[in-house]
Amino acid sequence: MPTTDELKSRIEAALPDSTAEVEDWTGGGDHFRATVVSPAFAGLSRIQQHRLVYDVFGAEIGGAIHALSLTTKVPEHS
Amino acid sequence: MSDNPIREAIAEAIRDNPTILFMKGTPDAPACGFSARTVAALQTLDAPFAAVDILPDPRIRQELSALSNWPTIPQLFVKGELVGGCDIVLEMLESGELAQALGVEQPDDVEDGAAAAPTRPAPLGIENRLS
Repeated sequence: MPTTDELKSRIEAALPDSTAEVEDWTGGGDHFRATVVSPAFAGLSRIQQHRLVYDVFGAEIGGAIHALSLTTKVPEHS
Repeated sequence: MSDNPIREAIAEAIRDNPTILFMKGTPDAPACGFSARTVAALQTLDAPFAAVDILPDPRIRQELSALSNWPTIPQLFVKGELVGGCDIVLEMLESGELAQALGVEQPDDVEDGAAAAPTRPAPLGIENRLS
């Protein structure tokens, strides 16, 4: 079962200079909520930003990670 | 021409319906909180939309995600383009971008709408019927 720390470190490792806050939404270890801030999102649509994060987990989304609710942001000073 | 009739039918539905939501359950009986909140967002705007329940056949979800390159349900398409899932639709509702994309008026009371604030889903679907 994935943990919030594991999700956080995998997102931060995959997206350059990103910070991620991850919480377990239901306490059940499969519904997560993440806020990700990364300069990699600059100039991308929301769809493209969320895809970058979803791509970190591939087929695990919908599998072990039943749901990953996302908020993505570009840092204010980068 | 099609050796993949399900994917072909999905592509046709997206092409033929200006606003179409792929969801779990139906607008009247959503089977998942994320689908329910996305339906509520569209209803807040009084926007007409077509809805497809992906649950009856697992191949629908599989082919939809292959087509859209988007892993989760719900998925909202407007004019043939993927707009997003629940998170993006709710953000766009609050900012007024959803009304703009759908070509409808932004109501004044969106902030108070049930759909505007994503709420934490209850871990169990227990209704309080005691009070």
